[in-house]
Amino acid sequence: MSVDLSQFHQVFYEESYEGLDAMEQGLLEMDVTAPDDEVINTIFRAAHSIKGGSGTFGFNQVANFTHVIETLLDEVRSGDRGLDQNTMDLLLESVDCMRGMLEELQAGGEPDMTTPDQLRAKFEAILSGESAGDAAGAGDGSAGGAGDGGAGDGADGGGEGGDGVGWLIEFIPEPQMLQTGNEATRMLRQLNEICEGKMAVTAHVDRVPGFHDLNPEHCYLYWHITVNFPLERTAIDEIFEWVVDDAEINISPLGQDVESAAAPSEAQEAQAPSETAQVVDIAQPQVEASAPAEAQAQAAPKKAPQESSSIRVDIDKVDNLINMVGELVITQSMLGELGENFDMAHVQRLQEGLAQLEHNTRELQESVMKIRMMPISFVFSRFPRLVRDTARKLDKQIELRMIGEHTELDKTVMEKLGDPMVHLIRNSMDHGIESPAERVANGKSETGLVELKAYHQSGNIVIEIEDDGAGLNTERILRKAKENGVVPQDANLSQEQIFDLIFQPGFSTADVVSDLSGRGVGMDVVRRNIAALNGSIEVFSEKDKGSRFVIRLPLTLAILDGQLVQVEDQIYIFPLVSIVESIQYKGSKLSNVGGHNDVLLLRDEYVPIVMLNQLFDIASQEKPLDDSIIVVVEADGEKVGVVVDELLGQQQVVIKSLEENYKKVDGISGATILGDGTVALIIDVSGMSKMSANHTPAQSKNVKPHKAA
Amino acid sequence: MSAAAQDTEQIEQPPQEGVATQQYLTFLMDEEEYGVDILAVQEIRGWESATLVPNSPTHMKGVLNLRGTIVPILDLRERFNLKTIEYTDVTVVVILKIETDKGSRTMGIIVDAISDVYDVPLDGIRTSGIADNQNAHFMKGLVTVNKNMVILLELNNLLTIDD
Repeated sequence: MSVDLSQFHQVFYEESYEGLDAMEQGLLEMDVTAPDDEVINTIFRAAHSIKGGSGTFGFNQVANFTHVIETLLDEVRSGDRGLDQNTMDLLLESVDCMRGMLEELQAGGEPDMTTPDQLRAKFEAILSGESAGDAAGAGDGSAGGAGDGGAGDGADGGGEGGDGVGWLIEFIPEPQMLQTGNEATRMLRQLNEICEGKMAVTAHVDRVPGFHDLNPEHCYLYWHITVNFPLERTAIDEIFEWVVDDAEINISPLGQDVESAAAPSEAQEAQAPSETAQVVDIAQPQVEASAPAEAQAQAAPKKAPQESSSIRVDIDKVDNLINMVGELVITQSMLGELGENFDMAHVQRLQEGLAQLEHNTRELQESVMKIRMMPISFVFSRFPRLVRDTARKLDKQIELRMIGEHTELDKTVMEKLGDPMVHLIRNSMDHGIESPAERVANGKSETGLVELKAYHQSGNIVIEIEDDGAGLNTERILRKAKENGVVPQDANLSQEQIFDLIFQPGFSTADVVSDLSGRGVGMDVVRRNIAALNGSIEVFSEKDKGSRFVIRLPLTLAILDGQLVQVEDQIYIFPLVSIVESIQYKGSKLSNVGGHNDVLLLRDEYVPIVMLNQLFDIASQEKPLDDSIIVVVEADGEKVGVVVDELLGQQQVVIKSLEENYKKVDGISGATILGDGTVALIIDVSGMSKMSANHTPAQSKNVKPHKAA
Repeated sequence: MSAAAQDTEQIEQPPQEGVATQQYLTFLMDEEEYGVDILAVQEIRGWESATLVPNSPTHMKGVLNLRGTIVPILDLRERFNLKTIEYTDVTVVVILKIETDKGSRTMGIIVDAISDVYDVPLDGIRTSGIADNQNAHFMKGLVTVNKNMVILLELNNLLTIDD
């Protein structure tokens, strides 16, 4: 009997991801000096399930890899082996690795086994009793050494050979490089020639095993070369061209930080197709902890992270839902009966019935929304790991405190919230929290605090990210803005306005460590992402005391409180949150700026005016402005006055996508269906104000719409 | 069956067994008959006025609510640069659903009137003679049905929004 197992794959993936999360959480919680048995058991069980599951479905690579980890954990569990920081780090790395493998399998590809095999070799080494002083340990020890040594060499090299005129090369061959006919000496000699002898070479022997384990045909040496000569990078690449697949080559310019993140990923990608090293593990600089993961992501076809398509729902919520539906059915049959032989005498009952219907529908709506809500701990859970790793990299001591993890929010909102929050937390850690020395000097405790808070507030969910660091440096921000021309030289800005500057595109400060600064994610993208969720972000900061970012989001994506307006014969909807005020246009407070942009004097502010009928090219008759209403809306911190004919009601509207069947339209964020069945367009306030800034009144190509005959 | 005419095929009997056919729904525009793959046709509605979308091309007449989905409506006459007419009682909107690599897409086209459904043998579709037509890339080919020429439309090209 053959059963098609592929229908169960999705469940397997989801359970495995959950298991990996459990493992990670357990590992982070674990105190290395006094490991808690329960925690070890949890981690062991998770690994065991993943192994079993992957074996059942034939994902043997995952199964074999997990087996080694399981063996190790079993030994720890039974007390035969203690845990040390090194093993913990390896275990955390392997969790990442397994996640990567599962993602690749889920995307339908073969997992890249480079990193798993390397990690497995390390684990096997640990298991076979070699800990300190030989291959594995030395590999890791010297990995640390190489990483730091590399950076150290860089710094020294900079001192020796002048600034930035030279290269620091780490040439770490794989053991079998010699068997491919490549000789390191030849390459070093070549290098020496082209740099006219101005280089210094250090050979490292710590990878050479004991005599009995020595394989004479393997290369255990590796070299650090400092070239004090202005060579072209391509010249160096040429020399090592032949061994790109069989060695790790990190080339960084002298005088700068070790930027080996790029080079090893290239080496990794090249290595992926070639056979993987089995015998001795490859020494890797410590920086590479994140690089293999990145490399795998690059080597594998670029697929967006698979968002899981299922939710775990509390059974109570489902029961509630069923009750609501039951009541709805009762109300419906009651109304049906009324409608059967209806006469005006029963109109009272009809109205009562309709009121009941409205009540039921509203309750049902709330019930259903609650189903999509999940506690925010799902997003918060990845931060302890992030903070731990980043604090390590930055050499700072940072404590992460999370409050309100049980606060619930919509699943899709949560998924989209992850990246902006990661960015904000990294900022807090990098720019906000000072180094331990500085903190002590300022009278603060050595350990910085980053606090995440989540709570509900009047129909919104509020998330705060607060740190007790140095606060936003207003002078530096202002100076940078003036340098970049974002702000005129003589501008005098209030504190709020300066804070707002960090959201300007192109403001991402470039002096962040390369692998921390994210892939082009600046604060402007953060704000845009939050705006896409119909939310807002605010900044509070006090010099030397700390900063606080407050994100406000509506509880659900699909529904919006809207203000209906009429322009000519079209109905448009403004999001209620964007409206500041609406005024009746009276008198001549309009001034003309630059020929075609009108500006209204509103109390002390000048607010640009947008004629919606012109902007949206709606056929219109010329009308005196006196009859119009001006709706003042705010987007991106700027106010705009929109001229409309009439204000209609306010209502909750369900947002329907326009892009699904048509395309993205400037100035429109979506559509909705009104009570009479017609479609009304929802205005994207920030898009509209951008359009208006670029708009020049052109000839209207609009033809009066056809009417039904 | 006249053996004389080489480039048109007379279909007077139903196609023989074993010949692959495709069903096409045909409609009229400017007295020409056009056909679309019937499997792509979701429904046919009478014309009702749609909500205009700002700054859209002239042949895009707006969006309609189709049981909860927002569907854009194109005027095929304008798309083909034919002269436009007033919509009448028999003006219909054909709602089409096509599969693209980005998923499925539902759009509507306004035509003068619906004609018929034909079984068209796949080998009866001729592509010569349309190459120099300005709307050539919207057309899959020509076929003759009951002595009438039917222009078969290539939906994927017709319904892409690229202006």
